[in-house]
Amino acid sequence: MARAKPKSDALEPRLAALRFDESGWQAAARSDALARLTAIGLPGRRDEYWRYTDPSLLNAAQITPTAPLANDAEVFAKIEALKIVFVDGVFDAERSDPLGMEGVSIEPLSAATGDIHWARDLYGVLEARGQNPVARPLAAMNTAFATEGCLIRVTGHPLKPISIVYISESMASDVILHHCIKVESAAEVTVLESGQAAGRLNGVMEVELADGARFHHIRAQGRDAARLEVTHLFARIGKDANFKSFTMSGNGRLTRNEAVLELLGDDSSAHVAGTALGDGAFHHDDTVFITHAAERCESRQVFKKVLKNGAVGVFQGKILVKQGAQKTDGYQISQALLLDGDSQFLAKPELEIYADDVKCSHGSTSGAIDETALFYLRSRGVPLAKAQALLVLSFLAEAIGEIEDEALAAAVQARLEDWLHGDAA
Amino acid sequence: MLEIKNLHVKLEEEDKVILRGVDLKIGAGEVHAIMGPNGSGKSTLSYVLSGRDGYEVTEGSAQLEGAELLEMEPEERAAAGLFLAFQYPVEIPGVGNMTFLRTAVNAQRKARGEAELSAGDFLKVVRERAKLLKIDADMLKRPVNVGFSGGEKKRNEILQMAMLEPKMCILDETDSGLDVDAMKLVAEGVNALRSEGRSFLVITHYQRLLDHITPDVVHIMAAGRIIKTGGPELALEVENNGYADLLAGVA
Repeated sequence: MARAKPKSDALEPRLAALRFDESGWQAAARSDALARLTAIGLPGRRDEYWRYTDPSLLNAAQITPTAPLANDAEVFAKIEALKIVFVDGVFDAERSDPLGMEGVSIEPLSAATGDIHWARDLYGVLEARGQNPVARPLAAMNTAFATEGCLIRVTGHPLKPISIVYISESMASDVILHHCIKVESAAEVTVLESGQAAGRLNGVMEVELADGARFHHIRAQGRDAARLEVTHLFARIGKDANFKSFTMSGNGRLTRNEAVLELLGDDSSAHVAGTALGDGAFHHDDTVFITHAAERCESRQVFKKVLKNGAVGVFQGKILVKQGAQKTDGYQISQALLLDGDSQFLAKPELEIYADDVKCSHGSTSGAIDETALFYLRSRGVPLAKAQALLVLSFLAEAIGEIEDEALAAAVQARLEDWLHGDAA
Repeated sequence: MLEIKNLHVKLEEEDKVILRGVDLKIGAGEVHAIMGPNGSGKSTLSYVLSGRDGYEVTEGSAQLEGAELLEMEPEERAAAGLFLAFQYPVEIPGVGNMTFLRTAVNAQRKARGEAELSAGDFLKVVRERAKLLKIDADMLKRPVNVGFSGGEKKRNEILQMAMLEPKMCILDETDSGLDVDAMKLVAEGVNALRSEGRSFLVITHYQRLLDHITPDVVHIMAAGRIIKTGGPELALEVENNGYADLLAGVA
């Protein structure tokens, strides 16, 4: 067997193309992150945390460009929202709405110059916290090198969701984006993300929820078949606060979505859910780490994957209940619908509990379409392809049910139906 | 309407023969009942006619108005006018009952080259027919059969039948798991659909259901064959004496 190269060898060429910015209020955070990254090295197949996902395409110094997918309609186009557009990783003021809205301040990271900024307490701070007990080197790389993203501070109840729209005009683009979102006490915001950001995206979102804050996040990842994407969602959740995140993914050569959520105040909740539809050269990894560090908190992880033609789905989900986090209510479900015998689902559910009065449940299944249900639908006159699509939607329903807002759930459902019936045609 | 000739069926996976030459002819507007002991092949007959996987037809034919059913996909049979009310209706979480009904109705209309029903027209018809079966708005909104009681599931089957307006309806042990009141409701639903152009094949273990849905012809099935055919009085004979005498008479 060939020996894996020492990690530091791979790191140097990977960083060579990136520009390290030493100016501004993020300078210290960037230097610290670079030091973390250098100490950890890039992820490798030998790392337990990367056992099911080969990170080499994410580590590679360069990417192989392909033609971008034409006419990929915006998923949330019909939702009235404040739009912030990034084209191949660069903020586009002309295509974006004016960034003013009551109850919130929004700024592109590239425009936030100077030595002092509110986001200083957030930028790279949650990422650094998230490096324990498991290292997340690609997130450290993001903090060190990101020059673009959104800084969002919510102080009230903005009337519309904030919709971050990604457009990729060149699949040769290799992009790092870093968003910081601070939701002040009792404030509430909905943040949408959609579209193909780049040929390769490294995205980080750090979210801080003060006491009583509410955060809804719905993301529709681009569906270019060649898409490479690693994302990290870090959240620190205060007392009585609610965090909800849902991700829909279809296609993509390699996707790794990590969520690292900490319930730090009593009576708070964290829900994270996702649907992934993979066909052929598709590898999709959801890695979730939820820490319960306060009493009477609730967490839910609901992940559903539909796989065919050799697609691979991965789920690594952990619930850590710290000492004293009594009356914790933790739930985790990961399921795959395998549409043929070539596809694969790998799941690693984990519970680690140090409190004695908690309720935690987890389940993981993989299976084929229910033949009886399929026959039932067909016997009513529903053609085979449509019946299969209905049963796929039925399988995904629990995850889609995690989206509270009906209009947003409908937009997600419509996109899924589009994909499924497009498949069926 | 339906003509079955010398139908032989075995299980696909194993060498087990279930039907050994079934002959059956149902005229337009007629109601036939098939009774028989467990394992006689009654349910298999309903599945083979509606096109479920897992069975192999080794001989014979089944024609619906002259069209060979056994060569069609299940959805084609449905569009041709065949309907099977399931013994165990299937739960489909995440798919609303109304969405399901509308998808089915419009798929059939499309297959027959008819215009699809608009949402408004569909809603009007569904409400009216649901009311007859005491199916409320909540049941229409809920996912298909999820959390439905046994009676609700069977009523939902009859509602589907009412919406799809089939020519040939097969009811597979629709009375199983129903209390007397629920059975009456289901029977009323079925009777309301009886018409000159619509035929029924009612599969049941007991005579009870036939008190409410009066058949024109009763068949007794045993060991994969129809061993006796008669009028409604045959059902009463079974109710009083069981199958033993009939079976002995044949052997």
